[in-house]
Amino acid sequence: MRLWNFNKKTYPDFWEAYLHHFEKKEKKTLDSSRFVALDCETTGFDFYIDRILSIGAVSILKNEIAVADSLEIYVKQTHFNPDSVPIHGILQHGKLAKCSEETAIKQFLKYIEDAVLVAHHARFDIIMINAALKRMGLPNLKNKVIDTMDLYANTRIKSNFIDQNAHYSLDEIAEAYAINLMDRHTAPGDALIAALIFLKTTALLKKSKFFKLERYFLKSTMF
Amino acid sequence: MLNFIGMKNTIAERIADFLKNFPPFDQLSKEDLYAIAQVVTITYLERDNLVYAVGETLHDKFYIIHKGAIALTKDINAKVETIDRFDEGDVFGLRPLFAKENYATNAVTEEESILYGIPLVTFKPLITRNKAVVDFLIESFASNTENPFSKEIHGSLYEHRLEVLANDKELFELQPVRYIKKVITAKANTKIKDIALLMQKHHIGSILIEADMIPVGIVTDVDLRNKVITGAYPIDTEVQHIMSAPVLCYPKGVSISQAQLTMMKHNISHLCITADGTPNSKIIGVISQNDINVMRGSNPTVLMKAIKRSQSTKQLKHIRKKIMVLLKGFVQQNIPLTQTSKIIFELNDATIKRIIERCIVKMGQQPPVKFAWMSMGSQGRKEQLLQTDQDNAIVFENVDAEELEDVRAYFLLLSKKVNKRLNEVGFDFCPADIMAKNPKWCLSLDEWKLQFNHWTSNTGDDEILLSSIFFDFDITYGDANLTSQLSDHIFDITKNNHMFLSKLAASALRSASPLGFFRRFLVEKDGEYKDFFDIKKRAITPIVDAGRLFALSNQIKNINNTAERFEKMAEIFPANEELYLSCSYASKALLKFRTKHGLLHNDNGRFIEIAALSKEEKMKLKRCFNTIAQIQESIKLKYNLSNFK
Repeated sequence: MRLWNFNKKTYPDFWEAYLHHFEKKEKKTLDSSRFVALDCETTGFDFYIDRILSIGAVSILKNEIAVADSLEIYVKQTHFNPDSVPIHGILQHGKLAKCSEETAIKQFLKYIEDAVLVAHHARFDIIMINAALKRMGLPNLKNKVIDTMDLYANTRIKSNFIDQNAHYSLDEIAEAYAINLMDRHTAPGDALIAALIFLKTTALLKKSKFFKLERYFLKSTMF
Repeated sequence: MLNFIGMKNTIAERIADFLKNFPPFDQLSKEDLYAIAQVVTITYLERDNLVYAVGETLHDKFYIIHKGAIALTKDINAKVETIDRFDEGDVFGLRPLFAKENYATNAVTEEESILYGIPLVTFKPLITRNKAVVDFLIESFASNTENPFSKEIHGSLYEHRLEVLANDKELFELQPVRYIKKVITAKANTKIKDIALLMQKHHIGSILIEADMIPVGIVTDVDLRNKVITGAYPIDTEVQHIMSAPVLCYPKGVSISQAQLTMMKHNISHLCITADGTPNSKIIGVISQNDINVMRGSNPTVLMKAIKRSQSTKQLKHIRKKIMVLLKGFVQQNIPLTQTSKIIFELNDATIKRIIERCIVKMGQQPPVKFAWMSMGSQGRKEQLLQTDQDNAIVFENVDAEELEDVRAYFLLLSKKVNKRLNEVGFDFCPADIMAKNPKWCLSLDEWKLQFNHWTSNTGDDEILLSSIFFDFDITYGDANLTSQLSDHIFDITKNNHMFLSKLAASALRSASPLGFFRRFLVEKDGEYKDFFDIKKRAITPIVDAGRLFALSNQIKNINNTAERFEKMAEIFPANEELYLSCSYASKALLKFRTKHGLLHNDNGRFIEIAALSKEEKMKLKRCFNTIAQIQESIKLKYNLSNFK
């Protein structure tokens, strides 16, 4: 139903600017494309009620994480869920400088451009962001998305003793890879861990001549 | 930066926290450090990857190692020589700071590494006026012989002598001695008793006696023994009456072999390093026989001592590297494999024991009941030479049902710590999760017995595979009663269990003789190791499987080593002595082969490039394969598996 008026509707400039980046249509490759590893801390797990508290992201270009090209935004809250405070440590009226959800999304779009997005259990973060876009009357993100859990699962040996459908938490993978867990449960900290897992798993996976990056792009119907 | 509000950058803060612990970053202001941290790049490299190569254009940054280790190498007389090694917290790749010509060395990752790149654009303007930083960097750049030690280690060199482990360069003897800079000294009029107290306080065996930092004498614990305890001098005498003088001094460039020769010649255990190498200039350091021994480290006894005294995982990691150097030496000198494996096994075993010991202390609470740490697979069979994966499990005493989970929780937490540290030291995590931290393999004695009952009665392919891993267990730490009860149980339930034994026999024939048609080697057909020969799968596993089968079916207890199992078989069945002894020989030869190739390629030696083998090596391998074919033939006959393909 939305499809036919999709083209007629006019969108704000920042959305048009964001879309503009996708006109290039270059093939995404490990060595040439920009990747953005991200993590959202939210007030909870309900896509309708809960809200994004903070977004952390770092970019990866040519197998290198650039701290200079990172993003860290804290969002003012309209919805507050005291239960999640012990996890992420962000209070409703804490001292951190915060912006509105709309500003945060604008900054986020400006930052990600057409990068391939990378996150652990990516579906959650992307749906959260899409929900925010929807509240602003905008369509879903257009970026390709990779879930680090899929990457990791494919690095595991095929053994009957390992549950092939197992779900791996960020903690488990970080532990297996001896990655420090210092800033766990802060958006930028988790984004950095996801970025490191991305570098490590792709280094392993790309050795196989059958490796195809596209294989790991999540279907847009998932969001 | 897109952090437009508040400018909080958690990642940069964390990077700054890391950098501030290491020179030269420890000399920078908080603001400068933060400015640098904000522009750092992070790279992940697998082992044996180049950060840069000789002749490559200079990068626009230099590097500090966040995790891992880097070797600087160079081709010298057509041979790749390692010039220097760096690890966590060390900076390298400083050439772009000082020179314009392309890189003069290769920087290779010796382990998988995470590197922070420090961009020169940001770094240079910040340091030009900071003399301490510039001096440090120039010194590090100019001398590839000296590792910039981290600040933490600098401060405690004297107390933690083990940190003075030198890097194992090819020409060890000619390296300059690394001396201790923080020297404990006393004046000539100090009372002997106070000297002894000083030695006790600093855990040292000698003290330099100085006047205005010029060495006037040296007193060692030998002097105390020979001149004071004998009653020749009372303990309130001034030390100048018993000290040795003049002190033998050398300048700081003295080589290890020279220092050692001098000590031997004069029968002394310490040398003083002074500014100009004479007793007329200021003391800058001291070097002891003991330090040289530790640096040399090519001696199993010294390594064993070092393992037992080690106080951190990092030290153990250094020691493990030395063990690899030792192994390389053994293989090069063609020392019989039986001896080599025994020594390396003991050192590995001691390392694991030491880690468990330290982890129990870290738990802050003694184990609630008796337990044993079991090593499985190659370490259990004493066949682990190169570092491979860790396979281990825990068995603990039977407890009441209501206590069981609490007790297990303790051992799981302990195992998690031990598994993690073993991984840090160099035993990779087991990819199939066969580790004690896995609740499936952290069981009470009765639970283990049930587990083995299950494997041997409902036997499918998975059960066979698991039993073949778990049957070769060896106790590494803890109560041997538990493990021997478990072995007794296994022999009980497998005795006359023909069903199980013939399944085990069938599985020992899984990999057919490695020689294909026309006696060509069977190589891998695809994947990363295409055209390589998988020596583990095609040769070592079949012979290990056969050894295990014979041990179980003939109730040979307490022998896990494949070669020894076959020797025992030769003893029990003299009629087939020849075949069994050649199996014993083949298992050793194959292991040596794998070790050699692993050392050559700095990996686990599993995959061998057939094209790179000499004719003699190929012949040797083929002889081993003939033996494998024969033993497999005899298994087929014995277990009536002639239809088995």
